[in-house]
Amino acid sequence: MTVGQFLPAALAAHAPVLLVAIPLILSAPAAALKSGRTAWGLAMAGSVAAFLFAIELFLATRGDAPGISYALGNWEPPVGIEFRVDGLNAALLLLLTASAVLALLFALPSVEDEIDKDKRSLFYSAFLVVFAGLAGVATTGDAFNLFVFLEISSIPTYALIAMGAGQDRRALTSSFNYLVMGTIGATFFVIGVGFLYMATGTLNMADLAARLSELHGNRVVEIGFAFILVGLGLKAALFPLHLWLPGAYAYAPSFVTTFLAATATKVAFYGIIRFSFDVFSVENGFVLNSFTYVITPLAIAGMIIASAQALFQSDVRRLLAYSSVAQVGYMMLGLGIGTQAGVAAGVLHLINHAMMKGALFMALGAFAISYGVRRIENFKGLGQALPVTSAAFTLGALSLIGVPFTVGFVSKFYLIQAALQKGWAFAVVAILISSVLAVFYCYRVLVNLWVAPRPDGASRSVQRVPYMILGPLLVLALMNLVFGVYAEPIVNMAETAAAAAFNAGVAP
Amino acid sequence: MVEVLAERFNYAVIIILMMVGLYAVIATGNLVKRLVGLSIFQTSVFLLYISMSKVFGGAPPIFDYKEMAYDKLDPNAIYSNPLPHVLILTAIVVGVATLSVGLALVVRIREAYGSIEDDTLAEADYSLELEKGV
Repeated sequence: MTVGQFLPAALAAHAPVLLVAIPLILSAPAAALKSGRTAWGLAMAGSVAAFLFAIELFLATRGDAPGISYALGNWEPPVGIEFRVDGLNAALLLLLTASAVLALLFALPSVEDEIDKDKRSLFYSAFLVVFAGLAGVATTGDAFNLFVFLEISSIPTYALIAMGAGQDRRALTSSFNYLVMGTIGATFFVIGVGFLYMATGTLNMADLAARLSELHGNRVVEIGFAFILVGLGLKAALFPLHLWLPGAYAYAPSFVTTFLAATATKVAFYGIIRFSFDVFSVENGFVLNSFTYVITPLAIAGMIIASAQALFQSDVRRLLAYSSVAQVGYMMLGLGIGTQAGVAAGVLHLINHAMMKGALFMALGAFAISYGVRRIENFKGLGQALPVTSAAFTLGALSLIGVPFTVGFVSKFYLIQAALQKGWAFAVVAILISSVLAVFYCYRVLVNLWVAPRPDGASRSVQRVPYMILGPLLVLALMNLVFGVYAEPIVNMAETAAAAAFNAGVAP
Repeated sequence: MVEVLAERFNYAVIIILMMVGLYAVIATGNLVKRLVGLSIFQTSVFLLYISMSKVFGGAPPIFDYKEMAYDKLDPNAIYSNPLPHVLILTAIVVGVATLSVGLALVVRIREAYGSIEDDTLAEADYSLELEKGV
């Protein structure tokens, strides 16, 4: 291990597995507790511990440092299950754990507002399992283990979304739809892994990468890749497979939406990068072709169609959910370009999108707590009533559009640059069209927020926005601004991640 | 044609099962039937894994205790591949968990809407939307 280590060596040596195991173990006592606040404390402890391990791993894999390999239970890979951390997933882990800590701060007041008293400790317990599952997907170096963690994170997610039923019963049907589609996606992934196992006889990702490089043009391998891409695409809400997302984001409790928007689709997206560029390789003609002729058109269609759908939503959370689908399109376009610069732009947008959607959904949660509003027409004049929250929301929205000096601009800039390097002028046009559509749908919300006067007889504030919400909300909103001006750290992070995706798989 | 089918009989069965399951998920409006389809779909994948671990003439990969103790294991013995079996054991657990969460959701949906038919649910939500004013 290298410079910048701050945890004791005994802990640091086991950081990859403790990151996953601590939240998973804490979920059991959290479920047994009666008090929601104590359970929240446990969830917070688990997330903070995971955050510290993530920083440690991030520092240890910075720059040219080789990836960390951890043999679970001392069973040496490729026979045993391996946890592998390199530049790519270290960045993702940092994002995931930081989002979890910020979202949990917001959770305490928000959950007390939305969830029944006797269900709160179970709620936090389910959250811990989701968190452990997502962290597991991000750390594991074993293809089948990735499926198991994917399902560990998905199953409690269905339960968490259904918890929104106290506010709106449509949460139940949305959750059911997500369950059906998510399970089909995960099963497709298993079919793909099965085909790879048939062709290579191994499940370890590094081992797979080495053996697949000798199997160019093998039909079984190609079909396996196609199944994996579709399966993970469903979880990542790639355009025609996104139907579960708007309902799930719109009716879940505010905290769940905030956390999922910042993390869940991102982790599936990481899975796609890992499989396409590390396990398989873009030098493989089949992978490159499927990116150029399948993923890119779908990404562009998603960017434009989902943004257009967002224009016609009256529920602000649905609007943002459709915008999320469009943003997944941007990330996918980065992959579709298929160069290292393209993947770096995709990862950069992944990080930035987590910041902006985190801020936006958290601000919506604040509006919901203090005024109980969700629909656009009820936002009239709230700018004067809640200036700080509205300002944070505005920052997030500007970042979503891609106004200069926000992170949204930085990632669109890099994306356009990568597209131009490849000579794809049509992709640039598509990005611009989608950005203009984003201007319109953000305008619809912002004009109601700031310009329209508060109508007479509008509902009064139920309670003021608690500081527990304002704190993380401002942190996220200002991050949009700070990293928009001083973009170097996140750009470096994305470029290291892309370099790791392109170079790690070949040599173990 | 017949030969090809006979050679790959197991795959033919798996594909048919898979399509039956997927079709049931898409075609039916009843939520419980949809979960049944989902289970059939998952089971076909379990069969895919199990059938690929079959080695012709292979015995179950279990060592005889006495032979092992006296170091008399036949080095040329052929065993089936045990790894896919173990993987599917995990996948079955995942499948059961998904199914139970799905059924629990169906129970809650029936409590909230009084129906588990998809079109009735959509209608109920639509009229709710109309009441609130679009």
